[in-house]
Amino acid sequence: MGQITLQGVQKSFGPVHIIKGADLDIADGSFVVFVGPSGCGKTTLLRLIAGLEDVTGGAIMIDGKNVVDVPPAKRGLSMVFQSYALYPHMSVRGNIAFGLKMAGLPKDEINKKVEGAAATLNLTPYLDRKPRELSGGQRQRVAIGRAIVREPKAFLFDEPLSNLDAALRVQMRLEVTRLQKQLATTAIYVTHDQVEAMTMADKIVVLNAGKIEQYGSPLELYERPANLFVAGFIGSPKMNFVTGEEAKQQGAATIGVRPEHLKVERDGQGWQGTVSVAEHLGSDTFLYVDCGPLGMLTARYVGELGLHPGDKVSLTPEPGRIHRFDEGGKSIRA
Amino acid sequence: MATQQTQLLARTLLTPAVALLFIWMIVPLALTLYFATLHYNLLDPGSESFVGLENFRYFLTDPAFLASLQNTLVLVGSVLAITIVLGVPLALLLDQQVVGLSIVRLMVIAPFFVMPTVSALVWKNLLMHPVSGLFAWIAKLFGVPAIDWFNDAPLFSVILIISWQWLPFATLILLTALQSLDEEQKEAAEMDGARAVSTFIYITLPHLARPITVVILIETIFLLTVFAEIFVTTGGGPGLQTTNIAFLIYSQALIQYDVGSASAGGLVAVVLANIVAFFLVRIVGKNLEA
Repeated sequence: MGQITLQGVQKSFGPVHIIKGADLDIADGSFVVFVGPSGCGKTTLLRLIAGLEDVTGGAIMIDGKNVVDVPPAKRGLSMVFQSYALYPHMSVRGNIAFGLKMAGLPKDEINKKVEGAAATLNLTPYLDRKPRELSGGQRQRVAIGRAIVREPKAFLFDEPLSNLDAALRVQMRLEVTRLQKQLATTAIYVTHDQVEAMTMADKIVVLNAGKIEQYGSPLELYERPANLFVAGFIGSPKMNFVTGEEAKQQGAATIGVRPEHLKVERDGQGWQGTVSVAEHLGSDTFLYVDCGPLGMLTARYVGELGLHPGDKVSLTPEPGRIHRFDEGGKSIRA
Repeated sequence: MATQQTQLLARTLLTPAVALLFIWMIVPLALTLYFATLHYNLLDPGSESFVGLENFRYFLTDPAFLASLQNTLVLVGSVLAITIVLGVPLALLLDQQVVGLSIVRLMVIAPFFVMPTVSALVWKNLLMHPVSGLFAWIAKLFGVPAIDWFNDAPLFSVILIISWQWLPFATLILLTALQSLDEEQKEAAEMDGARAVSTFIYITLPHLARPITVVILIETIFLLTVFAEIFVTTGGGPGLQTTNIAFLIYSQALIQYDVGSASAGGLVAVVLANIVAFFLVRIVGKNLEA
């Protein structure tokens, strides 16, 4: 079991409020990703759940029990650190076994569990090596092995893939997701990479300046962002925002259209503009179009239209794909 | 990248420095070797004559030699043990966040900057003096008879003074090592359920293995040749109780004016230092390999 509930969790370092009251319900077995720009408090929130920081206010419930005064080891959680934090003088076996050894388990039981975890992660041939003799991906797997061997209520991941190269990151992303589904253990995963968030999560928590902006499934966040921040943060390239007369016609202070929801034509009825930069990726073309009073808009065209900087184009938002926001930045639902 | 031209150039340019260093080393060594084979007494100038290995035989069979060898080893071993056993907890304390930490650190490191002769004098006359010393005063407060340090426990007193001087060095090296210990590693150990003692044994101490090796090697080099502290406090006595090899050689040369036998002793000391170094590197040197 690993149901985690946050109730009004607050954290300040001196006069600085890092977490300004977070309420969250994480269901058992789900994969939740905390995402947000740097400094938004996502790592702090994870460390509060882990018990590495003390809360300033509020309650953290694990399986219905308030754990704010429980030391980290007793919370039944395990953590994978950004730097992996492997013990450099211990072998892979020693690293994975350390938590069990500290818990005082008998030797043969430790061995059985360590070998089980190593087999799950394809680490068996490396059990007697030192961390410095391993590649980045292998170290990452040792760190994960150290986490799973304790059979925790939940895994906490603190940007675990940010030290890997792009190809390995994609591969480890899949492995972590698969492993989590296989073990059916709750996982909380911190990242600043929205692609990781969208691909791995059952549910995403978008954090900004110490506040939870929205909590929902990846598609929910994409299709129905709660406010301007989430709308701008989720999706790549960023959503276009238009204010002024165009927005007022739609009954909103700001309207937002994603680049993939703008129809690009050489001569049409929509918003007129001039291509200032065109990025040709082969499968797609990203156009940065100067639309005069509307500002700079980004549009995605699937395939190739043969457009070059200086060409005149028209952009038409797909009907029903326009997001409307009020003066406070809140989304207006029809 | 080392083409033949650059190799030749490098060697040519290095030659003056290497040659100078070589002369710097070889001239004193050769002179010592030469003196060691002479009967050469400063009280009897002009009587120098070749005596072969007689000086070595004389030095090695001198009962003072074995006594001073033992004193040297006891002194080095004790100071190493004291500085490391006290240096580790001291470094752990200084690694904490405390108000005024920079001043505390400076105070802790200060003894290292005091000249050996000065600190020995301070210890001898202000602290350990059986009549006017601070320790005697403290003893009197408790109604205990004062200890006459340099008579009752001479070698221990010298060890105490030298340990006081070298403790800051050990602390400083260990402290810098502690500060390079990854914070996330300690947190990982905390998540793994390690308490303070286990974290120290399994995480901190292995991390300190290398700096402890460095401390042992460097301190040994300097402690084998301790002289000023002994000269100022006990003058090697009472009897031979605080005479180490370095002091014995000094007394051969400048108390007994026997240059030949002192030179032989100097060479013996070089050999001994090499033997110690050999064993040290074998025992602790593997910690230095990356």
